[in-house]
Amino acid sequence: MVQFTLPKNSKIRVGKTWPRPEGAKNVRKFMIYRWDPDTGENPRVDTYFLDMDRCGPMVLDALLKIKNEIDPTLTFRRSCREGICGSCAMNIDGINTLACIYGLDEVRGDVRIYPLPHMPVVKDLVPDLTHFYAQHASIMPFLQTKTNRPEKEWRQSIEDRKKLDGLYECVMCASCSTSCPSYWWNSDRYLGPAALLHAYRWIIDSRDEATGERLDALEDPFKLYRCHTIMNCTKTCPKGLNPAKAIAEIKKLMVSRHV
Amino acid sequence: MAETKRVERPLSPFMIGPYYRVQMTSMSSIMTRATGNALIAGFLLGAWWLIAAVSSPGHFAFVNWIVTSWIGWLIFAGMAWSMWYHYLTGLRHLWWDSGRGLDIETAEKLGWGAFYGATGLTLFTLIVLWIV
Repeated sequence: MVQFTLPKNSKIRVGKTWPRPEGAKNVRKFMIYRWDPDTGENPRVDTYFLDMDRCGPMVLDALLKIKNEIDPTLTFRRSCREGICGSCAMNIDGINTLACIYGLDEVRGDVRIYPLPHMPVVKDLVPDLTHFYAQHASIMPFLQTKTNRPEKEWRQSIEDRKKLDGLYECVMCASCSTSCPSYWWNSDRYLGPAALLHAYRWIIDSRDEATGERLDALEDPFKLYRCHTIMNCTKTCPKGLNPAKAIAEIKKLMVSRHV
Repeated sequence: MAETKRVERPLSPFMIGPYYRVQMTSMSSIMTRATGNALIAGFLLGAWWLIAAVSSPGHFAFVNWIVTSWIGWLIFAGMAWSMWYHYLTGLRHLWWDSGRGLDIETAEKLGWGAFYGATGLTLFTLIVLWIV
């Protein structure tokens, strides 16, 4: 359902302003979304100041510095610090991206950090991705075959393998799906760009033998066709992939099997 | 065992503008929908005009006064722009549905194309209507 405002319990209040670092010349302001499930209070935005002469180059470096030196209660997910695990996806400076590979020099002015948009919040910058993962599972992201198992591996030509480039690199960070207005308003029934990109990855895999069933499962006014080519997904993907194009290719296959 | 309290989780902020940056592609998409809805409203006004014409002279005089006033003129000029923009972005959707033009750079160019194209074609339409 189309929604333009936050529910009452989600309205954001002004939070605490933490002290500035003493003797620092190059100070930058960080405004970060906080929500503590233990207090039951509304979310707030806390303000922090960091000495940029003593901070690493990435947004994640700044978050870790705040957690280590100013406020140990600040909560966020992170793991690989090199853009391959997808854990630290968040809304930074108005776009969804990975904090570990987004440079502080790319942010204009004060650094504003929120959790991924239109998601239930677990704590601070940690969104609840249960539903997102369930949607990924629903497209059956694994090889399905009917013919007898070959003696060794399922073989694939170099050309067919190339078709998976630009698809298999997805790290499931959820940046794309949570940037999509259609997903915000219909995520109960629309699968969203990430799940659909994965669906396409298996549909065009030359080794997969469930192409028809996969397309049948997506033949639905909501699951697939809530994509209106808004293209926020492609614009925001931190891995430079193109979910909008993958979805368009699925729509093409849907048409071509009817004509 | 510790008692677990069920908490009502807040929804993270999402609104385009304050929380999600306005994109060329998202704006040209929203405009497509907005112009479509504006056309529905505009055609309702047009229908009212025609219905008034067959109902009574007094009724027609009233609606005709609205339609031919500067407000009516503005509405119809807006409709012409909406029609052209909606038509051009419709063509863009056809192009996209063929699997082409789906990289950000091309999509943004097509969006600006629809915007300037609609403006140019509206001026052309109004000039033609003025002459005829």
